[in-house]
Amino acid sequence: MGATSNVGVAGHGAGGAGGGAGAPARDESAPPGRDRAPTSAPRPFGALFWTAVAAVGVTYVRALAFTPVEALQGPAQKIFYLHAPAAFTALYLAFALMAISSVLYLWLRDPKLDRVAACSAEVGLAFTTVVLITGPLWAKPVWGTWWSGDARLTATLFLWLIILGYLVMRQAVEDRELRARYSAVLAILAGLLVPFIHLTVYLFRTLHPQPIVLKPSAPSMPAEMAVTFALAFVAFALLFVALLRARYRLALAAEAREEADGSGGPN
Amino acid sequence: MTPVREMPGTAGAAWTIARKDLMVELRTRVAFLAAAVFAVLAAAIFFYAWDPTAVSALDLAPGVLWVIFTFSGLLALNRSFGAELTDRAIDALLVAPISREAVFLGKALANLIFVLGVLVVTVPAVVLFYNVSMSWSAVAALAGVVVLAAVGLVSVGTLFSAMAVNTRLAELLLPTIALPFLVPVVTSAAQATVLVMGGRPGSGVWEWIKLLTAFDLVFVAACTLAYPFTIER
Repeated sequence: MGATSNVGVAGHGAGGAGGGAGAPARDESAPPGRDRAPTSAPRPFGALFWTAVAAVGVTYVRALAFTPVEALQGPAQKIFYLHAPAAFTALYLAFALMAISSVLYLWLRDPKLDRVAACSAEVGLAFTTVVLITGPLWAKPVWGTWWSGDARLTATLFLWLIILGYLVMRQAVEDRELRARYSAVLAILAGLLVPFIHLTVYLFRTLHPQPIVLKPSAPSMPAEMAVTFALAFVAFALLFVALLRARYRLALAAEAREEADGSGGPN
Repeated sequence: MTPVREMPGTAGAAWTIARKDLMVELRTRVAFLAAAVFAVLAAAIFFYAWDPTAVSALDLAPGVLWVIFTFSGLLALNRSFGAELTDRAIDALLVAPISREAVFLGKALANLIFVLGVLVVTVPAVVLFYNVSMSWSAVAALAGVVVLAAVGLVSVGTLFSAMAVNTRLAELLLPTIALPFLVPVVTSAAQATVLVMGGRPGSGVWEWIKLLTAFDLVFVAACTLAYPFTIER
Protein backbone atom coordinates (compact mmCIF):
# COMPACT_ATOMS: atom_id res chain seq x y z
CA MET A 1 0.00 0.00 0.00
CA GLY A 2 2.05 2.82 -1.26
CA ALA A 3 -0.08 5.55 0.22
CA THR A 4 0.65 4.67 3.81
CA SER A 5 3.98 5.72 5.08
CA ASN A 6 5.45 4.25 8.18
CA VAL A 7 4.98 7.24 10.41
CA GLY A 8 3.64 6.36 13.80
CA VAL A 9 -0.06 6.38 13.37
CA ALA A 10 -1.38 5.03 16.60
CA GLY A 11 -3.77 2.20 16.50
CA HIS A 12 -2.32 0.22 13.68
CA GLY A 13 1.09 -0.92 14.70
CA ALA A 14 0.26 -4.49 13.78
CA GLY A 15 2.47 -6.01 16.39
CA GLY A 16 3.33 -9.61 16.90
CA ALA A 17 -0.26 -10.00 17.99
CA GLY A 18 -2.01 -9.45 14.74
CA GLY A 19 0.94 -10.65 12.73
CA GLY A 20 0.14 -12.95 9.86
CA ALA A 21 -3.41 -11.74 10.08
CA GLY A 22 -3.37 -10.11 6.75
CA ALA A 23 -3.07 -6.81 8.53
CA PRO A 24 -0.05 -5.14 7.11
CA ALA A 25 2.82 -5.58 9.50
CA ARG A 26 4.97 -2.56 10.03
CA ASP A 27 7.81 -1.21 11.98
CA GLU A 28 6.04 -0.60 15.23
CA SER A 29 6.33 -4.25 16.07
CA ALA A 30 9.98 -3.59 16.66
CA PRO A 31 10.60 -2.36 20.17
CA PRO A 32 8.91 1.03 20.05
CA GLY A 33 11.00 2.41 22.87
CA ARG A 34 13.65 4.01 20.77
CA ASP A 35 15.71 6.48 22.71
CA ARG A 36 13.28 9.29 22.31
CA ALA A 37 10.22 7.54 23.61
CA PRO A 38 9.71 8.34 27.27
CA THR A 39 7.93 5.10 28.08
CA SER A 40 9.84 2.01 28.97
CA ALA A 41 9.74 -0.73 26.40
CA PRO A 42 6.34 -2.38 26.61
CA ARG A 43 6.06 -6.02 27.44
CA PRO A 44 3.02 -7.02 25.50
CA PHE A 45 3.39 -10.74 26.02
CA GLY A 46 3.00 -11.41 29.69
CA ALA A 47 2.21 -14.52 31.68
CA LEU A 48 -1.36 -14.45 30.38
CA PHE A 49 -0.16 -14.92 26.83
CA TRP A 50 2.05 -17.85 27.65
CA THR A 51 -0.74 -19.43 29.68
CA ALA A 52 -3.03 -19.12 26.66
CA VAL A 53 -0.41 -20.62 24.37
CA ALA A 54 0.05 -23.50 26.78
CA ALA A 55 -3.72 -24.04 26.94
CA VAL A 56 -3.94 -24.16 23.14
CA GLY A 57 -1.02 -26.60 23.11
CA VAL A 58 -2.66 -28.87 25.67
CA THR A 59 -5.89 -28.74 23.68
CA TYR A 60 -4.23 -30.00 20.53
CA VAL A 61 -2.26 -32.69 22.23
CA ARG A 62 -5.54 -33.87 23.67
CA ALA A 63 -7.40 -33.45 20.37
CA LEU A 64 -4.83 -35.36 18.36
CA ALA A 65 -3.77 -38.07 20.76
CA PHE A 66 -6.50 -38.57 23.31
CA THR A 67 -9.76 -37.90 21.46
CA PRO A 68 -11.41 -40.56 19.26
CA VAL A 69 -11.33 -40.22 15.48
CA GLU A 70 -14.70 -39.35 14.00
CA ALA A 71 -16.18 -42.33 12.13
CA LEU A 72 -17.38 -40.64 8.94
CA GLN A 73 -14.97 -37.79 8.40
CA GLY A 74 -11.88 -39.47 9.71
CA PRO A 75 -8.94 -37.39 10.88
CA ALA A 76 -10.23 -34.38 8.90
CA GLN A 77 -12.70 -33.75 11.67
CA LYS A 78 -9.81 -32.84 13.98
CA ILE A 79 -9.58 -29.48 12.30
CA PHE A 80 -12.84 -28.52 13.96
CA TYR A 81 -11.01 -28.19 17.24
CA LEU A 82 -9.29 -25.24 15.58
CA HIS A 83 -12.02 -24.05 13.23
CA ALA A 84 -15.00 -23.89 15.57
CA PRO A 85 -13.36 -22.09 18.50
CA ALA A 86 -11.67 -19.63 16.13
CA ALA A 87 -15.03 -18.82 14.52
CA PHE A 88 -16.70 -18.50 17.89
CA THR A 89 -13.98 -16.23 19.22
CA ALA A 90 -13.95 -14.00 16.15
CA LEU A 91 -17.71 -13.58 15.92
CA TYR A 92 -18.89 -13.55 19.49
CA LEU A 93 -15.90 -12.08 21.25
CA ALA A 94 -13.86 -9.97 18.86
CA PHE A 95 -16.53 -8.49 16.62
CA ALA A 96 -19.10 -8.18 19.36
CA LEU A 97 -16.54 -6.29 21.42
CA MET A 98 -15.69 -4.14 18.43
CA ALA A 99 -19.32 -3.20 17.80
CA ILE A 100 -20.10 -2.55 21.46
CA SER A 101 -17.06 -0.39 22.05
CA SER A 102 -17.81 1.55 18.86
CA VAL A 103 -21.32 2.38 20.03
CA LEU A 104 -19.96 3.33 23.43
CA TYR A 105 -17.29 5.48 21.81
CA LEU A 106 -19.81 7.67 20.01
CA TRP A 107 -21.56 8.09 23.32
CA LEU A 108 -18.71 8.53 25.81
CA ARG A 109 -15.88 9.70 23.52
CA ASP A 110 -13.27 7.85 25.49
CA PRO A 111 -10.23 7.12 23.28
CA LYS A 112 -9.75 3.87 25.19
CA LEU A 113 -12.94 2.55 23.60
CA ASP A 114 -11.67 3.38 20.14
CA ARG A 115 -8.41 1.60 20.90
CA VAL A 116 -10.30 -1.46 22.13
CA ALA A 117 -12.41 -1.49 18.95
CA ALA A 118 -9.36 -1.26 16.71
CA CYS A 119 -7.44 -3.92 18.61
CA SER A 120 -10.32 -6.37 18.66
CA ALA A 121 -10.82 -5.80 14.93
CA GLU A 122 -7.22 -6.76 14.29
CA VAL A 123 -7.21 -9.77 16.56
CA GLY A 124 -10.63 -10.77 15.19
CA LEU A 125 -9.23 -10.57 11.67
CA ALA A 126 -6.49 -13.01 12.67
CA PHE A 127 -9.04 -15.47 14.04
CA THR A 128 -11.30 -15.08 10.98
CA THR A 129 -8.30 -15.78 8.77
CA VAL A 130 -7.82 -19.04 10.67
CA VAL A 131 -11.49 -19.86 10.04
CA LEU A 132 -11.19 -19.13 6.32
CA ILE A 133 -8.07 -21.25 5.97
CA THR A 134 -9.23 -24.23 8.02
CA GLY A 135 -12.72 -24.27 6.42
CA PRO A 136 -11.54 -25.13 2.90
CA LEU A 137 -8.85 -27.47 4.29
CA TRP A 138 -11.63 -29.49 5.88
CA ALA A 139 -14.03 -29.12 2.93
CA LYS A 140 -11.62 -30.63 0.41
CA PRO A 141 -11.58 -34.17 1.85
CA VAL A 142 -15.15 -34.12 3.19
CA TRP A 143 -17.14 -32.11 0.66
CA GLY A 144 -14.79 -32.85 -2.22
CA THR A 145 -14.15 -29.20 -3.01
CA TRP A 146 -12.10 -26.41 -1.51
CA TRP A 147 -14.72 -23.74 -1.91
CA SER A 148 -18.35 -24.74 -2.04
CA GLY A 149 -20.01 -21.36 -2.00
CA ASP A 150 -21.65 -22.51 1.19
CA ALA A 151 -23.67 -19.75 2.81
CA ARG A 152 -21.72 -19.57 6.05
CA LEU A 153 -18.38 -19.69 4.31
CA THR A 154 -19.40 -16.88 1.97
CA ALA A 155 -20.76 -14.77 4.80
CA THR A 156 -17.52 -15.24 6.72
CA LEU A 157 -15.52 -14.14 3.69
CA PHE A 158 -17.54 -10.94 3.44
CA LEU A 159 -17.13 -10.32 7.14
CA TRP A 160 -13.39 -10.71 6.70
CA LEU A 161 -13.44 -8.17 3.85
CA ILE A 162 -15.43 -5.69 5.93
CA ILE A 163 -12.91 -5.87 8.76
CA LEU A 164 -10.10 -5.47 6.26
CA GLY A 165 -11.82 -2.35 4.88
CA TYR A 166 -12.21 -1.04 8.42
CA LEU A 167 -8.50 -1.45 9.09
CA VAL A 168 -7.56 0.09 5.74
CA MET A 169 -9.70 3.10 6.57
CA ARG A 170 -8.07 3.48 9.98
CA GLN A 171 -4.71 3.78 8.29
CA ALA A 172 -5.98 6.42 5.93
CA VAL A 173 -7.09 8.91 8.57
CA GLU A 174 -4.44 10.79 10.48
CA ASP A 175 -6.37 12.82 12.98
CA ARG A 176 -6.94 10.56 15.97
CA GLU A 177 -10.31 11.93 16.94
CA LEU A 178 -11.62 11.92 13.38
CA ARG A 179 -10.35 8.40 12.87
CA ALA A 180 -12.12 7.25 16.00
CA ARG A 181 -15.43 8.74 14.90
CA TYR A 182 -15.20 7.40 11.35
CA SER A 183 -14.22 3.97 12.62
CA ALA A 184 -17.07 3.87 15.09
CA VAL A 185 -19.58 4.84 12.39
CA LEU A 186 -18.22 2.21 10.02
CA ALA A 187 -18.21 -0.48 12.70
CA ILE A 188 -21.80 0.24 13.69
CA LEU A 189 -23.01 0.17 10.09
CA ALA A 190 -21.09 -3.07 9.59
CA GLY A 191 -22.95 -4.49 12.57
CA LEU A 192 -26.22 -3.61 10.84
CA LEU A 193 -24.96 -5.15 7.61
CA VAL A 194 -24.13 -8.58 9.01
CA PRO A 195 -27.77 -9.80 9.24
CA PHE A 196 -28.38 -8.63 5.67
CA ILE A 197 -25.38 -10.54 4.38
CA HIS A 198 -26.56 -13.65 6.18
CA LEU A 199 -30.05 -13.28 4.71
CA THR A 200 -28.64 -12.69 1.24
CA VAL A 201 -26.36 -15.70 1.12
CA TYR A 202 -29.09 -17.83 2.68
CA LEU A 203 -31.71 -16.78 0.10
CA PHE A 204 -29.16 -17.15 -2.67
CA ARG A 205 -28.47 -20.73 -1.71
CA THR A 206 -32.02 -21.82 -1.12
CA LEU A 207 -33.18 -20.42 -4.44
CA HIS A 208 -30.33 -22.10 -6.23
CA PRO A 209 -30.05 -25.56 -4.75
CA GLN A 210 -26.56 -26.96 -4.97
CA PRO A 211 -25.63 -30.59 -5.28
CA ILE A 212 -26.32 -32.08 -1.90
CA VAL A 213 -23.27 -31.80 0.25
CA LEU A 214 -22.59 -33.34 3.56
CA LYS A 215 -23.52 -30.74 6.10
CA PRO A 216 -22.17 -31.20 9.55
CA SER A 217 -25.25 -31.17 11.67
CA ALA A 218 -24.42 -31.22 15.30
CA PRO A 219 -24.56 -34.84 16.25
CA SER A 220 -24.35 -35.88 19.82
CA MET A 221 -20.72 -36.52 20.40
CA PRO A 222 -18.83 -38.74 22.77
CA ALA A 223 -17.83 -37.18 26.04
CA GLU A 224 -14.14 -37.15 25.09
CA MET A 225 -14.87 -34.99 22.07
CA ALA A 226 -17.13 -32.66 24.00
CA VAL A 227 -14.45 -32.15 26.62
CA THR A 228 -11.84 -31.42 23.96
CA PHE A 229 -14.19 -28.93 22.34
CA ALA A 230 -14.89 -27.20 25.63
CA LEU A 231 -11.16 -27.05 26.29
CA ALA A 232 -10.57 -25.58 22.83
CA PHE A 233 -13.15 -22.85 23.38
CA VAL A 234 -11.64 -21.88 26.71
CA ALA A 235 -8.13 -21.90 25.26
CA PHE A 236 -9.14 -19.69 22.35
CA ALA A 237 -11.03 -17.25 24.54
CA LEU A 238 -7.93 -17.01 26.71
CA LEU A 239 -5.75 -16.52 23.66
CA PHE A 240 -8.07 -13.76 22.45
CA VAL A 241 -7.85 -11.89 25.73
CA ALA A 242 -4.08 -12.25 25.79
CA LEU A 243 -3.64 -11.07 22.21
CA LEU A 244 -6.07 -8.20 22.72
CA ARG A 245 -4.14 -7.06 25.77
CA ALA A 246 -0.85 -7.33 23.94
CA ARG A 247 -2.19 -5.42 20.96
CA TYR A 248 -3.64 -2.76 23.24
CA ARG A 249 -0.30 -2.22 24.90
CA LEU A 250 1.41 -1.90 21.55
CA ALA A 251 -1.16 0.67 20.49
CA LEU A 252 -0.50 2.65 23.65
CA ALA A 253 3.24 2.49 23.03
CA ALA A 254 2.77 3.60 19.43
CA GLU A 255 0.69 6.55 20.58
CA ALA A 256 3.27 7.49 23.17
CA ARG A 257 5.97 7.43 20.58
CA GLU A 258 3.88 9.49 18.22
CA GLU A 259 3.52 12.10 20.92
CA ALA A 260 7.23 11.93 21.77
CA ASP A 261 8.00 12.56 18.13
CA GLY A 262 6.38 15.92 18.67
CA SER A 263 3.77 17.24 16.42
CA GLY A 264 5.35 14.98 13.85
CA GLY A 265 3.37 13.00 11.43
CA PRO A 266 2.54 14.11 7.97
CA ASN A 267 0.16 16.92 7.36
CA MET B 1 -38.81 36.17 -3.93
CA THR B 2 -39.73 37.76 -0.67
CA PRO B 3 -37.04 39.81 1.00
CA VAL B 4 -37.35 37.91 4.30
CA ARG B 5 -36.90 34.20 3.89
CA GLU B 6 -38.21 31.63 6.26
CA MET B 7 -35.79 29.03 7.50
CA PRO B 8 -36.38 26.00 5.35
CA GLY B 9 -37.42 22.78 7.05
CA THR B 10 -35.38 19.62 6.65
CA ALA B 11 -37.15 18.56 3.47
CA GLY B 12 -36.97 22.04 1.98
CA ALA B 13 -33.28 22.40 2.79
CA ALA B 14 -32.52 18.95 1.43
CA TRP B 15 -34.29 19.79 -1.79
CA THR B 16 -32.37 23.07 -2.10
CA ILE B 17 -29.06 21.24 -1.74
CA ALA B 18 -30.09 18.53 -4.17
CA ARG B 19 -31.17 21.16 -6.68
CA LYS B 20 -27.86 22.97 -6.34
CA ASP B 21 -25.93 19.74 -7.03
CA LEU B 22 -28.13 18.83 -9.97
CA MET B 23 -27.85 22.32 -11.41
CA VAL B 24 -24.05 22.19 -11.23
CA GLU B 25 -24.19 18.83 -12.97
CA LEU B 26 -26.67 20.05 -15.55
CA ARG B 27 -24.45 22.97 -16.45
CA THR B 28 -21.21 21.02 -16.68
CA ARG B 29 -22.48 17.54 -17.52
CA VAL B 30 -18.96 16.25 -16.86
CA ALA B 31 -19.77 13.50 -14.40
CA PHE B 32 -22.91 12.34 -16.10
CA LEU B 33 -21.23 11.99 -19.47
CA ALA B 34 -18.30 10.15 -17.89
CA ALA B 35 -20.60 7.75 -16.05
CA ALA B 36 -22.91 7.16 -19.02
CA VAL B 37 -20.04 6.56 -21.41
CA PHE B 38 -18.48 4.23 -18.87
CA ALA B 39 -21.74 2.29 -18.62
CA VAL B 40 -22.10 1.80 -22.36
CA LEU B 41 -18.42 0.93 -22.76
CA ALA B 42 -18.63 -1.60 -19.95
CA ALA B 43 -21.71 -3.18 -21.52
CA ALA B 44 -19.84 -3.48 -24.81
CA ILE B 45 -16.76 -4.96 -23.12
CA PHE B 46 -18.82 -7.51 -21.22
CA PHE B 47 -20.51 -8.41 -24.49
CA TYR B 48 -17.17 -9.44 -25.93
CA ALA B 49 -15.85 -10.95 -22.72
CA TRP B 50 -18.48 -13.69 -22.72
CA ASP B 51 -19.85 -14.98 -25.97
CA PRO B 52 -23.64 -14.60 -25.64
CA THR B 53 -24.16 -17.35 -28.18
CA ALA B 54 -22.27 -19.78 -25.97
CA VAL B 55 -23.74 -18.73 -22.64
CA SER B 56 -27.41 -17.88 -22.56
CA ALA B 57 -27.82 -14.11 -22.80
CA LEU B 58 -30.44 -14.27 -20.06
CA ASP B 59 -27.83 -15.70 -17.70
CA LEU B 60 -25.40 -12.92 -18.50
CA ALA B 61 -27.52 -9.80 -18.78
CA PRO B 62 -28.58 -9.40 -15.12
CA GLY B 63 -25.03 -9.86 -13.84
CA VAL B 64 -23.65 -7.43 -16.39
CA LEU B 65 -26.31 -4.86 -15.60
CA TRP B 66 -25.69 -4.87 -11.86
CA VAL B 67 -21.92 -4.96 -12.05
CA ILE B 68 -22.07 -1.87 -14.26
CA PHE B 69 -24.55 -0.31 -11.86
CA THR B 70 -22.17 -0.85 -8.94
CA PHE B 71 -19.14 0.68 -10.56
CA SER B 72 -20.80 3.56 -12.35
CA GLY B 73 -22.59 4.31 -9.08
CA LEU B 74 -19.29 4.44 -7.20
CA LEU B 75 -17.90 6.69 -9.90
CA ALA B 76 -20.76 9.11 -9.35
CA LEU B 77 -20.57 8.98 -5.58
CA ASN B 78 -16.89 9.79 -5.47
CA ARG B 79 -17.62 13.13 -6.98
CA SER B 80 -20.46 13.94 -4.59
CA PHE B 81 -18.40 15.25 -1.69
CA GLY B 82 -15.22 15.74 -3.66
CA ALA B 83 -16.90 18.72 -5.29
CA GLU B 84 -17.56 20.26 -1.87
CA LEU B 85 -13.86 20.30 -1.03
CA THR B 86 -13.15 22.98 -3.61
CA ASP B 87 -12.77 26.26 -1.75
CA ARG B 88 -14.06 24.43 1.33
CA ALA B 89 -17.61 24.75 0.04
CA ILE B 90 -18.59 22.12 2.59
CA ASP B 91 -17.96 24.64 5.38
CA ALA B 92 -20.62 26.90 3.92
CA LEU B 93 -23.08 24.03 3.89
CA LEU B 94 -22.27 23.18 7.48
CA VAL B 95 -22.61 26.70 8.86
CA ALA B 96 -25.96 27.13 7.13
CA PRO B 97 -28.77 27.15 9.70
CA ILE B 98 -30.11 23.78 8.61
CA SER B 99 -29.84 20.37 10.17
CA ARG B 100 -26.96 18.11 9.22
CA GLU B 101 -29.47 15.44 8.33
CA ALA B 102 -30.80 17.82 5.68
CA VAL B 103 -27.30 18.18 4.21
CA PHE B 104 -27.00 14.41 4.00
CA LEU B 105 -30.46 13.89 2.55
CA GLY B 106 -29.89 16.63 -0.03
CA LYS B 107 -26.61 15.15 -1.20
CA ALA B 108 -28.16 11.68 -1.24
CA LEU B 109 -31.15 12.88 -3.23
CA ALA B 110 -28.93 14.46 -5.87
CA ASN B 111 -26.90 11.24 -6.04
CA LEU B 112 -30.06 9.19 -6.36
CA ILE B 113 -31.29 11.21 -9.32
CA PHE B 114 -27.83 11.02 -10.86
CA VAL B 115 -27.56 7.24 -10.45
CA LEU B 116 -31.08 6.74 -11.81
CA GLY B 117 -30.13 8.91 -14.79
CA VAL B 118 -27.14 6.66 -15.49
CA LEU B 119 -29.37 3.60 -15.17
CA VAL B 120 -31.75 5.06 -17.75
CA VAL B 121 -28.81 4.73 -20.15
CA THR B 122 -27.45 1.43 -18.79
CA VAL B 123 -30.62 -0.66 -18.76
CA PRO B 124 -31.56 -0.08 -22.41
CA ALA B 125 -27.92 -0.61 -23.44
CA VAL B 126 -27.83 -4.01 -21.70
CA VAL B 127 -31.31 -4.96 -22.95
CA LEU B 128 -30.23 -4.06 -26.46
CA PHE B 129 -26.87 -5.83 -26.39
CA TYR B 130 -28.31 -9.02 -24.94
CA ASN B 131 -31.48 -8.89 -26.96
CA VAL B 132 -33.73 -9.32 -23.93
CA SER B 133 -37.43 -9.14 -24.66
CA MET B 134 -39.63 -8.16 -21.77
CA SER B 135 -43.34 -7.62 -21.28
CA TRP B 136 -44.50 -4.25 -19.99
CA SER B 137 -45.22 -5.70 -16.59
CA ALA B 138 -41.68 -7.06 -16.49
CA VAL B 139 -40.38 -3.60 -17.40
CA ALA B 140 -42.39 -2.10 -14.55
CA ALA B 141 -41.08 -4.71 -12.12
CA LEU B 142 -37.51 -4.07 -13.27
CA ALA B 143 -38.03 -0.32 -12.80
CA GLY B 144 -39.11 -1.00 -9.22
CA VAL B 145 -36.02 -3.11 -8.57
CA VAL B 146 -33.82 -0.42 -10.12
CA VAL B 147 -35.21 2.30 -7.84
CA LEU B 148 -34.90 0.16 -4.71
CA ALA B 149 -31.34 -0.83 -5.55
CA ALA B 150 -30.38 2.77 -6.33
CA VAL B 151 -31.71 3.93 -2.96
CA GLY B 152 -29.63 1.27 -1.22
CA LEU B 153 -26.46 2.15 -3.11
CA VAL B 154 -26.89 5.86 -2.59
CA SER B 155 -27.63 5.68 1.15
CA VAL B 156 -24.39 3.96 2.13
CA GLY B 157 -22.46 5.43 -0.78
CA THR B 158 -23.22 9.03 0.12
CA LEU B 159 -22.16 8.54 3.72
CA PHE B 160 -18.93 6.75 2.79
CA SER B 161 -18.18 9.33 0.12
CA ALA B 162 -18.43 12.04 2.78
CA MET B 163 -15.96 10.10 4.92
CA ALA B 164 -13.60 9.00 2.15
CA VAL B 165 -12.84 12.50 0.85
CA ASN B 166 -11.31 13.39 4.22
CA THR B 167 -8.89 10.48 4.23
CA ARG B 168 -5.47 10.06 2.72
CA LEU B 169 -6.73 7.50 0.23
CA ALA B 170 -9.61 9.75 -0.87
CA GLU B 171 -11.50 8.16 -3.73
CA LEU B 172 -9.49 4.94 -3.49
CA LEU B 173 -11.07 4.23 -0.13
CA LEU B 174 -14.70 4.41 -1.23
CA PRO B 175 -14.88 1.04 -3.02
CA THR B 176 -12.93 -0.65 -0.24
CA ILE B 177 -15.45 0.23 2.42
CA ALA B 178 -18.60 0.50 0.30
CA LEU B 179 -18.46 -2.70 -1.75
CA PRO B 180 -19.17 -5.13 1.11
CA PHE B 181 -22.25 -3.06 1.89
CA LEU B 182 -23.41 -3.42 -1.70
CA VAL B 183 -23.37 -7.22 -1.55
CA PRO B 184 -26.99 -7.53 -0.37
CA VAL B 185 -28.12 -4.78 -2.76
CA VAL B 186 -26.45 -6.14 -5.88
CA THR B 187 -27.23 -9.77 -5.11
CA SER B 188 -30.93 -9.07 -4.49
CA ALA B 189 -31.24 -6.82 -7.52
CA ALA B 190 -29.45 -9.26 -9.80
CA GLN B 191 -31.45 -12.25 -8.61
CA ALA B 192 -34.73 -10.36 -8.96
CA THR B 193 -33.65 -9.28 -12.45
CA VAL B 194 -32.90 -12.88 -13.43
CA LEU B 195 -36.46 -13.85 -12.51
CA VAL B 196 -38.06 -10.79 -14.09
CA MET B 197 -36.11 -10.98 -17.36
CA GLY B 198 -36.68 -14.70 -17.57
CA GLY B 199 -40.40 -14.04 -17.43
CA ARG B 200 -40.89 -16.04 -14.27
CA PRO B 201 -41.69 -13.57 -11.54
CA GLY B 202 -43.26 -15.16 -8.55
CA SER B 203 -42.72 -15.48 -4.88
CA GLY B 204 -38.99 -15.60 -5.54
CA VAL B 205 -38.95 -12.02 -6.77
CA TRP B 206 -40.86 -10.89 -3.72
CA GLU B 207 -38.29 -12.39 -1.38
CA TRP B 208 -35.56 -10.34 -3.02
CA ILE B 209 -37.67 -7.20 -3.17
CA LYS B 210 -38.49 -7.53 0.51
CA LEU B 211 -34.81 -7.86 1.29
CA LEU B 212 -33.98 -4.79 -0.80
CA THR B 213 -36.74 -2.77 0.84
CA ALA B 214 -35.60 -3.76 4.31
CA PHE B 215 -32.02 -2.81 3.42
CA ASP B 216 -33.19 0.58 2.14
CA LEU B 217 -35.23 1.34 5.24
CA VAL B 218 -32.47 0.34 7.66
CA PHE B 219 -29.62 2.05 5.85
CA VAL B 220 -31.34 5.26 4.84
CA ALA B 221 -32.25 5.74 8.50
CA ALA B 222 -28.88 4.61 9.86
CA CYS B 223 -26.80 6.65 7.44
CA THR B 224 -28.88 9.79 7.96
CA LEU B 225 -28.43 9.45 11.71
CA ALA B 226 -24.74 8.59 11.39
CA TYR B 227 -23.81 11.49 9.10
CA PRO B 228 -23.72 14.17 11.82
CA PHE B 229 -21.17 12.06 13.70
CA THR B 230 -18.80 12.23 10.77
CA ILE B 231 -18.66 16.00 10.57
CA GLU B 232 -18.89 17.36 14.12
CA ARG B 233 -17.19 20.58 15.10
